[in-house]
Amino acid sequence: MGYYINEIKSTGKIAVDDTILVKGTPATAGSKMLENFTPLFSAEVVEKLEKAGYGISGKTNVGEFGLDLMGETSYFGANEADGKLVSAAASLVKDGAVTAALNVDLNGAPRRAAAVAGVDFLKPTYGTVSRYGVIAAACSGEQIGVTAADADAVKEILTVIAGHDDKDGTSLPAEKYDYEAVEVSGMKIALVKELYDLASDEVKANLDKYIASLKALGATVETVSLDCVKEAQTAWQILMSAETTNNLSRFDGVKYGHRTADYKNIDELYVKSRTEAFGFLTKATIIYGSDVLAKGKYESCYDKSLRIRRVVTEKIKAVFAQYDVILAPACKDVEYKAYDLMDSFEKVFEESVFTAIPSITGVPAMVTKGVQLIADSYKDNVLLSIAKSVEGLEA
Amino acid sequence: MKYELVIGLETHVELSTDSKLFCSCGGHSSPKEPNDCVCPACSGMPGMLPVTNKHAIELAVKAGFMLNCKINQYTTFDKKSYYYPDLPASYQTTQWFNPICVDGSVEIGDRTIGIKQIHLEEDAGKLVHDDATNTSLVDYNRTSVPLIEIVSRPDFRSSEEVITYLKKLKSSLQFAGISECEEGAMRCDVNISVRPEGSEEFGVRAEIKNMSSLSEIKDAIEFEKVRHVDALERHTEILQQETRRWDDVKRRTFPMRNKETAADYRYFPDPNLMPIIIDDEWLEAIRASMPATAEEQSIRYTEMGIAEKEAMVLASDRKLSDTFDAVVALGRAPKSVASWILTECMGNMKRLELDELKIDAAKLARIIELVDTNEITRPAGKKVLSALFESDIDVDAYCEENGLNVKVDEGFVLETVQRVVGENPDAVANYKSGKTKAMQALFGLIMRELKGTGDPVVIRDLLQKELDK
Repeated sequence: MGYYINEIKSTGKIAVDDTILVKGTPATAGSKMLENFTPLFSAEVVEKLEKAGYGISGKTNVGEFGLDLMGETSYFGANEADGKLVSAAASLVKDGAVTAALNVDLNGAPRRAAAVAGVDFLKPTYGTVSRYGVIAAACSGEQIGVTAADADAVKEILTVIAGHDDKDGTSLPAEKYDYEAVEVSGMKIALVKELYDLASDEVKANLDKYIASLKALGATVETVSLDCVKEAQTAWQILMSAETTNNLSRFDGVKYGHRTADYKNIDELYVKSRTEAFGFLTKATIIYGSDVLAKGKYESCYDKSLRIRRVVTEKIKAVFAQYDVILAPACKDVEYKAYDLMDSFEKVFEESVFTAIPSITGVPAMVTKGVQLIADSYKDNVLLSIAKSVEGLEA
Repeated sequence: MKYELVIGLETHVELSTDSKLFCSCGGHSSPKEPNDCVCPACSGMPGMLPVTNKHAIELAVKAGFMLNCKINQYTTFDKKSYYYPDLPASYQTTQWFNPICVDGSVEIGDRTIGIKQIHLEEDAGKLVHDDATNTSLVDYNRTSVPLIEIVSRPDFRSSEEVITYLKKLKSSLQFAGISECEEGAMRCDVNISVRPEGSEEFGVRAEIKNMSSLSEIKDAIEFEKVRHVDALERHTEILQQETRRWDDVKRRTFPMRNKETAADYRYFPDPNLMPIIIDDEWLEAIRASMPATAEEQSIRYTEMGIAEKEAMVLASDRKLSDTFDAVVALGRAPKSVASWILTECMGNMKRLELDELKIDAAKLARIIELVDTNEITRPAGKKVLSALFESDIDVDAYCEENGLNVKVDEGFVLETVQRVVGENPDAVANYKSGKTKAMQALFGLIMRELKGTGDPVVIRDLLQKELDK
């Protein structure tokens, strides 16, 4: 599989995930279900980029509805290099084929992809970038972010796409964000013990190296305990699956997308169309999401997860009262091999422990040099400043 | 044993908004051809996000005020999932956890009907079955049109109470501008059970879905009453809690397939719609925009000198009272306006079989002004009004074209009366010999000569004097 599902403009310098709509260009979200779906309008981020003079190079291959590790569940095939999984968008950025890529982060895929590729990705504060025109799965946590080679390139594109949009009811009011640079010297940084302990030795070594760089810049790093990482992981799994189940229920073979060739009645139309067109991970997520919303389970699953979201938010706010940012691994390993996709549900769940806190709380998270930095809401500029400073040490 | 009916109603009403609940497509009255009022949002296309229609919130709050509800100032939207081709996103956005209005009541006669809640939701589309090709076609025009569902408590004890309630609901909703309540825009689910009189426990309940005509609702309730009592008394069947539909051709209810009804809707809060906070200021602004109730309106009219009975008729119909208020506001005397509306306008409505008064208040005011200032006669005024009911004429131009606005020349009228009397000695003789009908014949001749321009009262008076000479 090439990196693009549809190439738009050979001179374009910004690639977008195939879950982000560009008017007139098919948008598959990596699924057979939407193989022939062409949207009637562009995403707000695409409109903003085009208005600012940026060309869209094309639609990058993604895992089906963005639910997987880094693209391996795409109906059109995974992207691999030397037997290892790579993401289409991060590879294009790494190769210098585009200056930036826009990706939808709903369960950490672009963060893992950036960590493995060694490029930067920022998932901005929830609500600062419009989600209008994203093929939605998990609306309460998914967010468009920017992959680029360095922090300055991320900031350049983010400045263009962030800002209020009337068409998105969760869009925050500020018209623009300027991502003001701040001094790293004197910052206090909290390393999350529970997540550090879960990482592989290579990832730990990489984190240690990053900590040394932070100290060299005059920041202090302390190890803290955050006793809600597993709870955040499970709660986000429940919320994310439930919302995804609901959002994907519109793909029923009636209006657009895949319709089975042969059916006797409406029930068969639904069942056969969806069975034929969804991949394993999507089906597993839909079954899981239906179950947690079932009568009698709502209180103990979905509603409880909403309450956990509030508790996790309070706990990290308490950390941010003392520290400027949180440092954590972005994923368990430094590389991932192709695996049997029948194991994808467990595999993605296992990895999501590293990415769940920003997903469920909506705070910004940045992956740079293989590590993950997490800040309080609206402190995206702090993340960019740290990333830039560490990147500058080697230059 | 004597049995008592126990009925609760869920009434769905389309709101009179200009646009749909979560997009800018035209609202209740817009669509003409199938699917000509559809956008990516209300057809459930991926990538679209909902944006709430503020006017729909306000109308729901108004309905809450009208039905004496408590308004939830923190209200949320939730998703209800089920698969059906008329539901493009396969979920309906409704209010499950925090409905906008709760705990209200309505008086019907000497009974009080409790209102459990009013919630906002979006309507579904429409399926049309084409027998010729044996296919089903779907029309999304109605998809996402805002509805309120008014859920009553099980407080009705007869079909008459249900009908009275629905009629009152309809006129109040129309009156407050909440819903036009056009054909099919008000639909009911009827929950019905019977129990021995005096019992406090509820019987086994049947729900009859989706009826819009009052006579169907009445017939369905009566049918169900007999079915339930037969089951209890004569063991004709074992009652079970189920959903049924009314078949208007077979004149009975039928159970719906269990599959259609036993769904788990998997409700959860819509993450794309932030909770709606109705602050005190907004709430008061909505309250202030409520129209006076029919009762208040009627009292106001009697204070203007309108007879009580006439005031009540005017106040009971929104279109009549709006027209009355507008014409009075243009400076016409209330009594005169009331008489024109209740006699002349309603006469024309009856003649043309119109359900509601739809004429330009400014034009009606002009007609009344012309008559009141004797620029045209009352019969001429009536003629203009009839013409106005038929087409949107210009009042002054019409009077001119039809020679109605001649200032009545009293000398000419008297001359005509005298001339007609002089030319018809036989009729005069007949009159004098006691045949009063002869006077009517003479009156007719004079009116014809005057082409309807004279004041009939004055003419009759002049004729009488002439004959008595």
